[in-house]
Amino acid sequence: MKFAILVFPGSSCDVDMHHAINEVLGEKADYVWHTEANLEDFDAVIIPSGSSYGDYLRPGALAKGSPAVESLISFVESKKPVLGVGNGFQILTELHLLPGAFLQNKELLFKSGNAKLKVENADSIFTSEYDEGQEITIPFAQAYGNYYVDKTTLAELNENGQITFTYKDENDNGSTEKIAGVLNEYGNVLGILPLPERAIEELIGGTDGLPLFKSILKRWNENNVNQS
Amino acid sequence: MSTNHEPSAEQIQDEKLYRQMGMTDEEFELAVKSMGRLPNYTETGLFSALWSEHCSYKSSKPILKKFPTSGERVLQGPGEGAGIVDIGDNQAAVFKMESHNSPSAIEPFIGAATGAGGVLRDVFSMGARPVALVNSLRLGDLTEERDRFLFKEAVAGIASYGNGIGIPTIAGEVQFDNCYSKRPLVNAMAVGLLNHEDIQKGVAAGVGNTVMYAGAKTGRDGIHGATMSSSELTVEEDGELPVMQAGDPFLEKLVMDACLELVKSDALIGIQDMGAAGLSSASAEMASSAGYGVEMNLDLVPQREEGMTAYEMMLSESQERMLIVVKKGREQEVTDLFAKYGVEAVSIGKVTDDKMLRLLHKGEVVAEVSADALAEDAPVYYKESAEPDYFKEFQAMEMSEPVVEDLSETLKALLQRPTIASKEWVYNQFDTHVRRNTVVAPGSSAGVIRVEGTNKGLAMTSDCNSRYVYLDPETGGKIAVAEAARNIICSGAEPIAITDCLNFGNPDKPEVFWQFEKSAAGISEACIKLNAPVISGNVSMSNEVNGVAIYPTPTIGMVGLVHDLSHVTTTEFKNADDVIYLIGETKLDFGGSELQQMQEGKISGQAPSIDLDVEASRQKELLTAIQNNLVESATDLSEGGFAVALCEKAFGANGLGANVTISGSAVTALFSESQSRYLVSVKKENAEAFEAAVKDAMKVGVVTDTDRIVVNGEDTVLIDGTVEEFRSAWRGAIQCLLNSEA
Repeated sequence: MKFAILVFPGSSCDVDMHHAINEVLGEKADYVWHTEANLEDFDAVIIPSGSSYGDYLRPGALAKGSPAVESLISFVESKKPVLGVGNGFQILTELHLLPGAFLQNKELLFKSGNAKLKVENADSIFTSEYDEGQEITIPFAQAYGNYYVDKTTLAELNENGQITFTYKDENDNGSTEKIAGVLNEYGNVLGILPLPERAIEELIGGTDGLPLFKSILKRWNENNVNQS
Repeated sequence: MSTNHEPSAEQIQDEKLYRQMGMTDEEFELAVKSMGRLPNYTETGLFSALWSEHCSYKSSKPILKKFPTSGERVLQGPGEGAGIVDIGDNQAAVFKMESHNSPSAIEPFIGAATGAGGVLRDVFSMGARPVALVNSLRLGDLTEERDRFLFKEAVAGIASYGNGIGIPTIAGEVQFDNCYSKRPLVNAMAVGLLNHEDIQKGVAAGVGNTVMYAGAKTGRDGIHGATMSSSELTVEEDGELPVMQAGDPFLEKLVMDACLELVKSDALIGIQDMGAAGLSSASAEMASSAGYGVEMNLDLVPQREEGMTAYEMMLSESQERMLIVVKKGREQEVTDLFAKYGVEAVSIGKVTDDKMLRLLHKGEVVAEVSADALAEDAPVYYKESAEPDYFKEFQAMEMSEPVVEDLSETLKALLQRPTIASKEWVYNQFDTHVRRNTVVAPGSSAGVIRVEGTNKGLAMTSDCNSRYVYLDPETGGKIAVAEAARNIICSGAEPIAITDCLNFGNPDKPEVFWQFEKSAAGISEACIKLNAPVISGNVSMSNEVNGVAIYPTPTIGMVGLVHDLSHVTTTEFKNADDVIYLIGETKLDFGGSELQQMQEGKISGQAPSIDLDVEASRQKELLTAIQNNLVESATDLSEGGFAVALCEKAFGANGLGANVTISGSAVTALFSESQSRYLVSVKKENAEAFEAAVKDAMKVGVVTDTDRIVVNGEDTVLIDGTVEEFRSAWRGAIQCLLNSEA
């Protein structure tokens, strides 16, 4: 399976993601620099975390002007999986490819640590290798981690089962309904604020992030078997 | 400001204008003699900046020379951007610590941020990819609003830079004492990794090769930062004030990634950060160290502001700028490489054979000075040194045991002292895990980062108990190194080298210079005994408020090599029923202790004594035991002594407590700060082997699953409380101090 890691200037967690896919998942990931973004040949796109464009204006906001956007939107429309973690999630909300928006953490400080999450929906491209209700520990590191959606949208998210992860502890940064991860309506785009690529090795951060990547691979394998 | 308004060479001499730039009459005379004529305004500026203490180490050189700087692992000692030590497998660790004290006292956010930015450039200019940041902060005790502000802003500044550029902050320390009130110390350390063949140096060699400028444009910010005397010079009639240099981690990431690609190219001859004294020091030092000259056309320097003079361009300390020398004919290649990252890189000059730094501006030669005269010929001062009266007085004092009425309450009060309290409030603001190699994050003895692609690691820490250094600089200097080494050992690593940040008061005061001299002697001796040479460092003098100096604070940044990641050991207890050992002898050591400061509001007496032979052999024994997997948890005993260390070992361990028995006087056993001591836990089945391996280990108790901390005396229970009641005092203390009203 071929993953594109879409790199914007300042995306500092690109190497973490590259390692996760190539070394741990054992699949192929290429860095795709945002100005050269032709995503068609890839099976999945990942937008990594890190301060793209120095988080100027608002985290994720300036990526909207990148030449990669057009290609990313077509990729989403092709129904192939797109994963945005941390700043990647913020970029996806700025592009309206995911609902909601991010505010500054309620304590107004950058915060990092390990968040306990609950898997709310284990029936998506990204979560099938988890159990519904499973509690997992995933590192996080954000200044704008306070996810906000209005009541109407929240009702829709609940209705459609778009909420995939919620915080089980006090690390929610003030997020609406303690949401940590959401899907788009179709279910092929996931944004998650904590950083699953930092939880794929026993030695460093544990392995609770690994099933997320395995889920993507599993679905791709199933689809390819079906097609052949 | 334009050239027309600049004073003439004669005016500079007659009106002694060089004094405003921080030069003495003698220094100016020396510059005149070296040039064989009067320097013009720009040339005077070059001399004043390159001959500042910050760039030339003119007052500290005679002392720094005594540091042990060589060893079998040392590939690059002091003198370059950062020092380099071999770690095997053709790899090397590159590191350096630097102060940003003065800027942080004025604008703490920007000052602290640019401190991190500058030291990162020092590391990647050597060709190394930075892998971790460490920081060491000293502040007033948070009772004053200004100090709370300085603390909050300095932490936020470091966080903004490290998090923004995506380098994990994995270790550090914060100590609080009112000697730092309004005069904080912000010391930042960066650690990088490289393969031996990628080592770069700051050299401008090869006649005709091209000098290029890469990174941010030059503005009027930070002019004369190195001499910190800019206000008189740049205040214009229109009220323009000197501007402090601000950092941009986003740009630095782009510059860093471009430079790390450039070091793989054979087009590159030399590279150096434009740090203190900016373009002046980078060009003069690169020419001088290569034995060549450099000619630059300042019209070609990318400028952020209109009408900048040669003087302003040469002395600006705008951030995120690199000076690069490349092979003639390869310029376009380099420009294209930087362009890919959105960074400007332009040719501004060439290497010459006349050993001069020659500057052209608007068609004229505006400066022509010997590069060696600037970079090498600064005067060296042998400052007067005098033993202060307080030292004699303290040495003569009879030490007695402090009176403590309630041991439990005193322990809780100690745990709430900001120096001892949990630093979660600080390190939770840092991205500690980015780039996914952080094995041990802040909160343990030392941070540990995995060496990518290997099963090895680098452990790192920074330490300095300045109260001990103040009471007895030589002993305090030894303790600073020894404590750093203990932290490295406790994490399972072998100490390999140190960097330092020597923060002192005004060296013109003989008592301050004496502190400097003595503490350096102590550091040297400890480095030799503990086999950890000094490979880089920084001196920060004149840290004073209203003429009162800070405590002498020679911060030690130490790096250790974890030979196998299975050796990594942390502070907290691991299993119930493990045996707890105290290693080392406990004496009546309360001079400069946290308990003394808490009870009396000041410190006095003698610093704890240290025997470096005992220190070295004990470190060796403990490290061997750890490497043989005989030790479950380890921590050294520092501020607050045994009782605090015992609590810290329980705080990180879920649901575990301790039951220990101590002998002798309870107050001394619990709170003395005697040196060379550790508290470790060992599995029962390993107890015999451990006792054989570490000869000064005394069994004091066991790890329990009761969630209580119980300390028994010879016939009474001295302390008995839940882990949670002690932990909550310790965890919330800093937040609580920050929330308190002035």
